[in-house]
Amino acid sequence: MNDLMIKADNLTRKFGDFTAVDHISFEVGKGEIFGFLGANGAGKTTAMRMLTGLLIPTAGNATVTGFDVYKQPEQIKKRIGYMSQKFSLYEDLTVRENIRLYGGIYGLTDEQITRKSDQLVAMLNMEELQNKRIGSLPLGWKQKLAFSIALLHEPDIVFLDEPTGGVDPITRRQFWEQIYKVANEGTTVFVTTHYMDEAEYCDRVSIMVDGRIEALDTPAGLKKSFMAEDIEEVFIQLARGAQRAE
Amino acid sequence: MKPITVYNLTKSYGSKEAVKGISFEVDHGELFGLIGPDGAGKTTIFRILTTLLTPDTGDARVLGFDVVEDYRKIRPKVGYMPGRFSLYQDLSVKENLSFFASVFGTTVDANYDLIKPIYSQLEPFENRMAGALSGGMKQKLALCCALIHKPKVLFLDEPTTGVDAVSRKEFWQMLHQLKKEEITILVSTPYMDEAEQCDRIALIQEGKIMSIDTPEQITSRFDRNLWAVKSQDKYSLIQTLRDYEFAESVQPFGEYVHYTDQRPDVTADVIEEYLDSRQVADLEIKKIQPDIEDTFMRLMNQEVGHE
Repeated sequence: MNDLMIKADNLTRKFGDFTAVDHISFEVGKGEIFGFLGANGAGKTTAMRMLTGLLIPTAGNATVTGFDVYKQPEQIKKRIGYMSQKFSLYEDLTVRENIRLYGGIYGLTDEQITRKSDQLVAMLNMEELQNKRIGSLPLGWKQKLAFSIALLHEPDIVFLDEPTGGVDPITRRQFWEQIYKVANEGTTVFVTTHYMDEAEYCDRVSIMVDGRIEALDTPAGLKKSFMAEDIEEVFIQLARGAQRAE
Repeated sequence: MKPITVYNLTKSYGSKEAVKGISFEVDHGELFGLIGPDGAGKTTIFRILTTLLTPDTGDARVLGFDVVEDYRKIRPKVGYMPGRFSLYQDLSVKENLSFFASVFGTTVDANYDLIKPIYSQLEPFENRMAGALSGGMKQKLALCCALIHKPKVLFLDEPTTGVDAVSRKEFWQMLHQLKKEEITILVSTPYMDEAEQCDRIALIQEGKIMSIDTPEQITSRFDRNLWAVKSQDKYSLIQTLRDYEFAESVQPFGEYVHYTDQRPDVTADVIEEYLDSRQVADLEIKKIQPDIEDTFMRLMNQEVGHE
């Protein structure tokens, strides 16, 4: 695979006696949409925290955008974007203020921030809403905006942690079209979701069970090797045997 | 007497109309689903029916009792599992259950049979603090606490949100078990695939009901031929279909794109010919049956003129 964006080799994290992430190895390429699935408690969040430079591994190796997770977490943070359904934007700030805040954090110049804000507001058709507080916007708008803001500093990889929970099916699809668009432009997308049908939107999917990656393939490949109708069936076959529940 | 009747219900918060004249009825022993995204008004309906919120106008009755006048008669007879986890985090599993039993003037032993199939899975962790349980186990405990006084009607507000696919599946199996006990269940969910588990569903969007029927009847209202189209490069396939002068709707659906055409009698060959002319590679096209999600989106587009 050319242009490796993530390379994890036996990556492991223990908390006391508990092995949250147990020797996982995988690679993600440039412009790839990589689905990171697992039951509640399988270790997804811990793995994501290591890959985003927030948590030092106990053992194993990983590089993200070419930087080492042990030695260069700060370089990693500059080259990635992150969005979660649970926390993304400041509700008491307006659309434009949120863009400005994140632009500042990522070290964009004032001129860049102004230009990016105009572009982003126009692209999302949010001209009328730009001076409204985030708290007053419908969830679907917030999520589309949070995604765009996660891309403000043109990161190489964007990490999306359950980005589409609770939104209506049309907005959910508009969101996925945004994902296709940025992937098409070369940004790597690393995404977790509980919607098994969304796994099929990904180029490749990994499924974690009890801290280990038990399956990793294209959606079509997984369905074939598990002789399953859909990814949900594959997931249930694998996760039903899980020993631990979070 | 139907266990739940709702007629022309409205509720606003300030200038925001959360529920805009909703009517529906739920039959005895029915598993009835309110299906819709966040902000559709589902939680407001639950709060009104569980007598925690008074409606602005309209009439709502549970087990024949008015939700405003007779709220005291309703409360002992219904179980409610709110969307947000609402048990005591610093009480153990067992303590939470005993607490809810005593609040309703009963004991865990008196109704143990009803919760046994669910509670037996929690018994190994009986002394664990509720706050330290996993998502799936919290959800099971909340269901036990909502059932411990043997309610006639059970209200479940998004019980499976944020829960993984295995726990979701188990949860629906539990609901089917409860149906056999003749408990009437009103359940809400943003997951369209769960709609098919219900006897009847109401599709809700922006405070209004778009359609109420059995899942099979609702999908039969999809009044177009639906095509599933697949290609290696999904992003360019979507763009190419959008450019087509006869395109009506183009929606990504997993590894396929679902497409409807403005021409009622168009054939696969015609669509294929267009896509070939635009050099779409590795094309696959087939006619498919719409599901609840297809139908929901079509109704949404018709109702609100969503872009």
